[in-house]
Amino acid sequence: MRRVSFKHGIHPPEKKETTRSKPIEDFPLPKKVIIPLSQHTGRPNESIVKKGERVETGQLIGETSAFISSPVHASLSGIVSAIEPRPHPLGMKVQSVVIESDEKDEWISASDAVQGSPDNIKDLIKSAGIAGLGGAAFPTHVKLSPPANKKIEFLIINGAECEPYLTSDERVMLEYSAAIVEGIEILKKVLGVEKVVLGIELNKPECIAAMSKAVQGKDIEIVGLKTKYPQGGEKQLIKAILGREVPRRGLPLDVGCVVQNVGTVVAVRDAVIKKKPLIERVVTVTGSAVEEPKNLRVRIGTPFIELLNFCNFQKDSAGKVIMGGPMMGISQHNLDVPVIKGTSGILAMKKEEVIEYNHRQCIRCARCVESCPVYLMPYEISLASESDRFDIAEKLGVFDCIECGVCGYVCPATRHMTHLMKKAKTYANFLKSSRS
Amino acid sequence: MQISSSPHVHSGVTVEKIMWGVVIALLPATIGSVYFFGARVIAVLGVSIGVSALLELAIKKGNIRDGSALLTGLLLAFNLPPGVPLWVVAVGAFFAVAIVKQAFGGLGCNIFNPALGGRVFLMAAWPSHMTSGWHAPHAVRGVAAVSGATPLAILKEGSAVMEGLPEWRELFFGNVSGCIGETSVLLLLIGAIFLLCKRYITWHVPFSFIGTVAAFTLIAEKSIPNGFIFHILAGGLFLGAFFMATDYVTSPITPKGKLIFGIGCGIITSVIRLYGGYPEGVSYSILLMNAATPLIDRHTRLRVFGERKKSNA
Ligand code: SF4
Ligand code: SF4
Repeated sequence: MRRVSFKHGIHPPEKKETTRSKPIEDFPLPKKVIIPLSQHTGRPNESIVKKGERVETGQLIGETSAFISSPVHASLSGIVSAIEPRPHPLGMKVQSVVIESDEKDEWISASDAVQGSPDNIKDLIKSAGIAGLGGAAFPTHVKLSPPANKKIEFLIINGAECEPYLTSDERVMLEYSAAIVEGIEILKKVLGVEKVVLGIELNKPECIAAMSKAVQGKDIEIVGLKTKYPQGGEKQLIKAILGREVPRRGLPLDVGCVVQNVGTVVAVRDAVIKKKPLIERVVTVTGSAVEEPKNLRVRIGTPFIELLNFCNFQKDSAGKVIMGGPMMGISQHNLDVPVIKGTSGILAMKKEEVIEYNHRQCIRCARCVESCPVYLMPYEISLASESDRFDIAEKLGVFDCIECGVCGYVCPATRHMTHLMKKAKTYANFLKSSRS
Repeated sequence: MQISSSPHVHSGVTVEKIMWGVVIALLPATIGSVYFFGARVIAVLGVSIGVSALLELAIKKGNIRDGSALLTGLLLAFNLPPGVPLWVVAVGAFFAVAIVKQAFGGLGCNIFNPALGGRVFLMAAWPSHMTSGWHAPHAVRGVAAVSGATPLAILKEGSAVMEGLPEWRELFFGNVSGCIGETSVLLLLIGAIFLLCKRYITWHVPFSFIGTVAAFTLIAEKSIPNGFIFHILAGGLFLGAFFMATDYVTSPITPKGKLIFGIGCGIITSVIRLYGGYPEGVSYSILLMNAATPLIDRHTRLRVFGERKKSNA
């Protein structure tokens, strides 16, 4: 097995021990689910159901005609009790369909749930609402539709799971290795590629063993990735595995690659073989403020608080609840927000673990420069952003920033680095759009 | 629940930790200086650190805890002769902290290394106090009260006094005359290794600095045999290369920039020592390269990930 890595990056404490050996457990059906009509990157869906209507599990409830979009489905059977803006884990309020469970979990027939003929696999994948489960929730059928002039040589499967604490992909690789291989075969056919590489961080030797066994006799290479954050970033993964650099502002398909996360591969397989839409996912619920951390299979739309309580949440001592991992995750104000397609984990930290980023003057220590995985000079960008010079920030490459959090993690002046990156991007975009 | 931008964890390495780490790294040499030059050193250290800390408190109250003022005071004292009058020390500390550091905006904004700025100001203002007051080691305690000219000054004087040159072994252990903290290569190395292991500094500046001095003097120093070893061990090269030239704020930020900085320091130091009017050039070389740092930074930017290399663009 090849062992590969990328330049720069960091080694934060992994903190995966608490959940890595816990098999995926089914979370009991929630009483109600809140399904945001927008969970993915792309155009929001329109609701196609009405308040008071009965829906069945797997029934399509929101769609749009835009190509870069991904429909949503009922994750329970029951009555639509509200269609209104509800708090969303990404911040703002988002138009959502609330379904009160009738506790029967009656499924709509498979052919109604996922429409399309088997020869058009991409339609099946779109119709099933599959979006990247690694976190960004980019619609999968879009990634599988490269423009005709881009030749795709490699399908790369992302099993890095480099965020500390999270173990959902790890458990999927252990428990669904055969399903991953089936999913890979489907994706190979869709893309017409021969070469498949599955990258797994070396801190998951059991996954490497399980997957090696599962791919026996198949033409799938397994590559060991040195444990380093952010190894699971698409560009870092491709660089490590193929030595190719995705051009600035380019996409993996510019270097002949399509990258899919292991969880997404299983969802694709379920959509195509079982005609099952994406209505559930595996979520790691962990952190010092839950007494019994777990890996849970959860219906999309389940409120965070129910999952936390199921894991014995210590509400009084909790200081921060994060969707995702500690490096890129989003802190939550309202714990009634629902699990969405991109929810890989819920991390609850105790108050004393919550660190204050006490923003100070940069001392030019170069740590951010030596660690940024896209070789930016984060200190300069942060200074430009701080003084509202978004034009300079853009010239310095802020749009290449992948918001990985590395510069903030290493900064001894505990500057609000990632925040300043996001701020510069938002304002630079806003200024551009208001000018044109 | 608290809301904040990612990341939600931190490496734990803070400005305070780094500054105090450097202070700890300087402890062996500090103790050594008291051993070599006697109790007067304590007074110099006390005045230098005390004035620096008080000024920092007076100017920017919140920042005293980061330890940078203490470090400036310590490093300034390290760069003064043991017999320097205490009022000169106080003026130097004032200049270092109030002018070189805080007048430019404080830690992170200063262009020049504060301790070196203080020292060079004193050299310009009171050259006689700064070039006398040398003690031969142990002189104060009367062990070997001989002439106190520094090794580099002896070399500069020329062949007439050459027999006064110390052995390499004495230079290495620090049993020679010189500024308070610069004499013992061994004790400074212990601290330097600590800093390298902790990754508080990188190898680029010190190795290229010392390497350049070695290479330059290997070729150009003809007055004594194996003069380059003498040049490496004598004077403030180790102190300068590991503890002053590596100052984050005033040195370049990329590895390539750091190498250029170190090489520049090495060349200027060698030229001053061999051909200039002063016996020692470490302080001047670092200050000159401090001034060049913005320029070096501008020309040693990293290639952003995915940017086509010029050759195949
Ligand atoms: S957040 Fe952006 S600037 Fe900071 S290290 Fe990551 S990619 Fe670089
Ligand atoms: S890590 Fe922080 S203090 Fe160091 S150079 Fe970057 S922004 Fe400045």
